Amino acid sequence: MSPDLDLLERRLLFVTGKGGVGKTSVAAALALLAAGRGQRTLLVEIDARGAIADVLESGPTAFDPREVAPRLWAMSMDTEESLREYLKLQLRVPMLARIGPLARSLDFVATAAPGVKEILTVGKIAWEVRERHYDLVVVDASATGHVVGQLAAPEAINELVQVGRVREQTRWMLDLLSDPMVTGTVVVATPEEMPVTETLELVDRLEVETRVPLAAVVVNKVLPELFGRGEQEVFDRLCTPARRHQLASVVAGPVDPVIDGADLAVRLRRSRAEHITRLRTELPRDLPLLYVPYLFTRAHGMRTTRSLAEALGAELGY
Amino acid sequence: MSAGGLEQLCAAREIVVTCGSGGVGKTTTAAALGAMAASQLGGKVLVLTVDPARRLATALGLERFGNVETQVPPALFAEAGVEARGELWAAMLDTKQSWDDLVRAHAPDAATRDAILANPLYRNITAKFVQSHDYIAMERLHEIHRSGRYDLIVVDTPPTRNAIDFLEAPERMADFFSSRLLRWLITPYRSRLVNAASKPFYTMADRILGSQFLADIAEFFVLFQTMYDGFVERAQAVSRTIADRRTSFVVVSTLEDAPVREAEFFMQALVDRELHLGALVLNKVLPAWFADPAAAEVAGRLVRDADEVAGALTHVPLPVAGEAASGASGHLEPLGERAQVGRVLREIGQSFDDYRIVATREREQAAVLARHPELVVSVPHLDHDVCDLPGLVDLGRALW
Ligand SMILES: Nc1ncnc2c1ncn2[C@@H]1O[C@H](COP(=O)(O)OP(=O)(O)OP(=O)(O)O)[C@@H](O)[C@H]1O
Ligand SMILES: Nc1ncnc2c1ncn2[C@@H]1O[C@H](COP(=O)(O)OP(=O)(O)OP(=O)(O)O)[C@@H](O)[C@H]1O
Ligand SMILES: [Mg+2]
Ligand SMILES: [Mg+2]
Repeated sequence: MSPDLDLLERRLLFVTGKGGVGKTSVAAALALLAAGRGQRTLLVEIDARGAIADVLESGPTAFDPREVAPRLWAMSMDTEESLREYLKLQLRVPMLARIGPLARSLDFVATAAPGVKEILTVGKIAWEVRERHYDLVVVDASATGHVVGQLAAPEAINELVQVGRVREQTRWMLDLLSDPMVTGTVVVATPEEMPVTETLELVDRLEVETRVPLAAVVVNKVLPELFGRGEQEVFDRLCTPARRHQLASVVAGPVDPVIDGADLAVRLRRSRAEHITRLRTELPRDLPLLYVPYLFTRAHGMRTTRSLAEALGAELGY
Repeated sequence: MSAGGLEQLCAAREIVVTCGSGGVGKTTTAAALGAMAASQLGGKVLVLTVDPARRLATALGLERFGNVETQVPPALFAEAGVEARGELWAAMLDTKQSWDDLVRAHAPDAATRDAILANPLYRNITAKFVQSHDYIAMERLHEIHRSGRYDLIVVDTPPTRNAIDFLEAPERMADFFSSRLLRWLITPYRSRLVNAASKPFYTMADRILGSQFLADIAEFFVLFQTMYDGFVERAQAVSRTIADRRTSFVVVSTLEDAPVREAEFFMQALVDRELHLGALVLNKVLPAWFADPAAAEVAGRLVRDADEVAGALTHVPLPVAGEAASGASGHLEPLGERAQVGRVLREIGQSFDDYRIVATREREQAAVLARHPELVVSVPHLDHDVCDLPGLVDLGRALW
């Protein structure tokens, strides 16, 4: 961990976290933020479900990176394409007809010898970083369940494969991935029981099972604090039947939904505060925690991604 | 569907599978259904779960037991103020343990068994990678169901990248083991006779991966081939269990874009495969009154005219001397200073507006899913995590 290093000064960021916490949104926002600050940035979607296209409103992404905003390129991972590229560039194997069966058998081998698919994914990303095609590569990585396998793949392969080109390849990948000045993981969590628990577990596993350094934890969807000092008491008095009645006659309309709504908002915020405290106390002390507010918006697209980028920028002191 | 709920479904089926995108509440729903079925319907109910929240696991007495089926102490129901007519059991899925058991059951002899368990590739599959999770969940389910020990098994599914993955897992496993490609791949290792057709592949694979790795792969497959018949048969039996009329699926979703899209996709996939879709659970739904237009008016007024309204509220005629002491009706405890009251009013108006936007979006999402209205059950967004039996029963009532 190297907390003194600015998050975006690294060259490779893996954004991960439990399903649905906002990995894609945060990855896109970080990439947008970096691009806005002048860095040539590549955003890589691993799961190829088109989520990046939604948050950036960019149209579909493919294996070949496409510039979707000034200085921001986006691509989606495809292991078969990655293998093709690898064979061509690294081994100077020309595009053969035989690549068909090779790719198909790869599919089978990958099911039984996992690590092969992962290494093609991580390998392609690491290669982009090594070749310095971009200043920063941000990866919308897999959820907690799969990401350790992915990040540990070079090491696993390194253990399994004793000789051959792949072993040589994994060596430089490992160097790059384990350098805290170059690579970092960003774990996204929402302040809820399971995402927090998974985050704490993931932080441990990343430490034990991979050599990829942890860069930051993003606490996403933080609900707003409604009341300042003394105001909660005012609100509590407002909640009494007599005051509700009085308010209803002043505004001449139904006030219960509005008061109950505020009450629910307060309780939701409180139940989440507990989980934020747990994160703060149980994570390594020097690990940066970045807070991103819950955005109450109708639709999630480029506008929301910009708001998230702004919020992250503020947290990073930009 | 408030009247029907999931009671009927749980009474009529032997296996109920909860599925949906990551984090939507599959595990919680499965546990809540199990708790309701055990307490209301009676009989022996098993919740087969994957990574439950730690507090939930502890609450169910699961932490120490892992793969082993364990009964939730009946005393917990009593403490929760519920009279349990039946038994609730729970088990957590331990992928590695389950794979080992599977190998032990299918290996033709002790030597093969040990060789497989010791093969580096096998160790990697089970220890480091999770692709095998889907299959093993289905496999374990099949095994338990076949044992006939339970009246109802509620199955929680792992957060897969693609919810469809685990439906296809048994098929994929069977295809894999019966594929000609696989046999072709291991032939040279067996005969040491590389024929002209596959030679280029091996030369290239050798250069990339090294021959030791290839040998490990080949050894692994050769060993696994010995379990071929057992495996394929088993995978087919698992597929049959899933398709059986006694099995039903409950799709869980929150009302956010991605989970809704996934839920739609998944429901379609169930239909395409002629599997039984039992219900669609909309979880963490905001209260309907957030969409009340008259309330939105009030909220708007509070934001616009907060100070004026605050003035009206705080401007209460001072109680006549003696009236306060006697506690006469009409007296209200002072609300607070006018400016402060104004801030509170503006804030609650604003907050209502914020949540109304989300609630409106949720209603639109719900409308998208309304094509199957007879199947929809809504569960409110609770203001606390569901991590003990009373919490589960609470949530369960909304499902029932
Ligand atoms: N700060 C936020 N405020 C409000 N909504 C948010 C916020 N961040 C993300 N969301 C919403 O939460 C949902 C999940 O976000 P996102 O798709 O980024 O998560 P993910 O972790 O990538 O999910 P998956 O595991 O499915 O890939 C989306 O509907 C998104 O719009
Ligand atoms: N109706 C609800 N109201 C409030 N919180 C809820 C509700 N349902 C579930 N939760 C909470 O949401 C979190 C996620 O729920 P759960 O673990 O059941 O989801 P899951 O779909 O099983 O997730 P995963 O895909 O990671 O397995 C938990 O902390 C749970 O307590
Ligand atoms: Mg995503
Ligand atoms: Mg779960």
